Amino acid sequence: MIALDSLFFENLLWTPLLIVLAKVLVVFVIGLLATLLMVWFERKAIAGMQNRVGPNKTGPFGILQTLADGIKLFFKEDLFPTRADRFVFVVAPFLSFVPAFLSFAIIPLGGDFRDGNSGEVTIFGQVTRIQLADPPIGVLFALAISSIAVYGIMLAGWSSGSKYPLLGSVRASAQMVSYEAALGLSLACVLLLAGTLSTSGIVAAQSTITDWHFVSTGLVPFFIFLIAATAELNRPPFDLVEAEQELVGGFNTEYSSIRFALFYLAEFMNTVTMSGLIVTLFFGGPQPIAFGDFVFDIPMLPNALEGSVWLLAKILVFLYLYVWFRATLPRLRYDQLMDWGWKLLIPASLGWFMLLAAQQLGRRNDWNIFLVTGACIAVLVICYLLLQAAFSRSSSQRERQGTMF
Amino acid sequence: MGYFGGFAVTFRQHGPKKRVTTQYSGGRLFRRKKRSAKKMDVKIEKPERLHGRHVLNRYEDGMEKCIGCELCAAVCPAKCIHVRGADNDPLNPTSPGERFGWIYEINYLRCIHCDLCVEACPTEAITDTKLFEFSFTNRQDAIYTKDDLVVDSNGKPKQLAWEDWREGEDQDTSGWMRATAASGDANFAGVVSWSGELGYGVRPAEKKSE
Repeated sequence: MIALDSLFFENLLWTPLLIVLAKVLVVFVIGLLATLLMVWFERKAIAGMQNRVGPNKTGPFGILQTLADGIKLFFKEDLFPTRADRFVFVVAPFLSFVPAFLSFAIIPLGGDFRDGNSGEVTIFGQVTRIQLADPPIGVLFALAISSIAVYGIMLAGWSSGSKYPLLGSVRASAQMVSYEAALGLSLACVLLLAGTLSTSGIVAAQSTITDWHFVSTGLVPFFIFLIAATAELNRPPFDLVEAEQELVGGFNTEYSSIRFALFYLAEFMNTVTMSGLIVTLFFGGPQPIAFGDFVFDIPMLPNALEGSVWLLAKILVFLYLYVWFRATLPRLRYDQLMDWGWKLLIPASLGWFMLLAAQQLGRRNDWNIFLVTGACIAVLVICYLLLQAAFSRSSSQRERQGTMF
Repeated sequence: MGYFGGFAVTFRQHGPKKRVTTQYSGGRLFRRKKRSAKKMDVKIEKPERLHGRHVLNRYEDGMEKCIGCELCAAVCPAKCIHVRGADNDPLNPTSPGERFGWIYEINYLRCIHCDLCVEACPTEAITDTKLFEFSFTNRQDAIYTKDDLVVDSNGKPKQLAWEDWREGEDQDTSGWMRATAASGDANFAGVVSWSGELGYGVRPAEKKSE
């Protein structure tokens, strides 16, 4: 017999279907709420860092400010530039809005992962996860979706029929494509240690602080991932896509009303999702903080729910970090951005990945770990010197040719 | 710290102590008599010479100072003042002399608060208050007629429904005039040629701000 999903074969059950539907609804609502609160949080936090008060009129502490802005945007006039490609112009916001929500689906939002538990919970007699979907390709799905989001920005700029959005979208595609490589390579380090692509598997592999991939991959992949993720999100200091001083408003200059709101929403949703992804990959997601046998346990709370609390706390740290970046760092110049991406992050993540892979191989075959590491470092140093030689040679050649850079 | 010093700088800004912002809700909380109005609805100390909305003054005996000469209307760069003079009734004069301001209207949608009218006025009839919160909601309200502008029998400006006033803000309705008129110069202390105002008498040249 063909192994069909039991849902649609013979013993058709309503409960799993309803649970999936409920999860879709809940995750969507969580996503929207998270975005609303993130916009408010960002405005409030950055106001704090810039010695201002921030929104404080709508609702307690101005928490409904985003809602007010959203309502305002709904009622604004929806403009089409005369030279816009209408179809693409309409589709582009959705192309960036939908992926933002899609990649949120694979982040484990809770569940009990401690003591080797798999994070599964039982709801109405059905075993499921506090996570919309746990596909075996997990993280790859997130990567794929995040590169689809590039199309939204690219097409938005292109279809506007206007020069500044076009420039913005050209920047976006170049930036996001080049940082995607560093992102993927630093992610590969995590996957190498976790031995699985599924996000719940990755979380399950990080039970204590020393197992957190942030530590076990040796810090470097985390920092590369953080920087690349910031660039991928087009957030400051990598927000060249919407550099106000140079490009008016960037790729979404010609957008107004609800279409603009979609871009805005997608941007903040992406920030939340990316923070969630960082936490899942490097900081153990819903895992509590634990040293060896000692576990920070929140009393009176079932372990599965406690996971959600931990996840929220960890995500908040990263959301704050992104706001902090924005308040502190000035925007990079475009050539600096490309230098960072291609000359520093990609070689560094590649080298580190090689190091980790060699160690992993050595551990599996019982080679002398110090010898393996030493050899790897020697190779890395040689690679680094070769790279530097290539850089200096190319720059001297460029000087001889007398180009303007 | 190098690059990372900046992070410390931004982080240090947190906390309520460093805010210089004065919380102001536009008077809504104050009008609703909310308790939070004390904190959230404070007006900052206004400068001595603020150009606010105008008033038309009276002499100490209650006579209007405006003589309907239209110099203010002539000098107004925004053309927001409309004045028509008329002859005084000899038995029951509105102002000392032959003429008085019969129609006097200022359109505050146009007024740029340059105060050239105050400088032009030969009788010190039009002066400034420090009141600037008057958000009217239609064009008709924007035109302040003579009724709205002339001070009352106590020498205080008249408050309109949409104006946000606080205690004592209707005082000092001619600060800037005092500062710029020849008679208001500090060097002229004691030799004030300022004419008396209803409710104030002859005021000193310029209120010394500590």
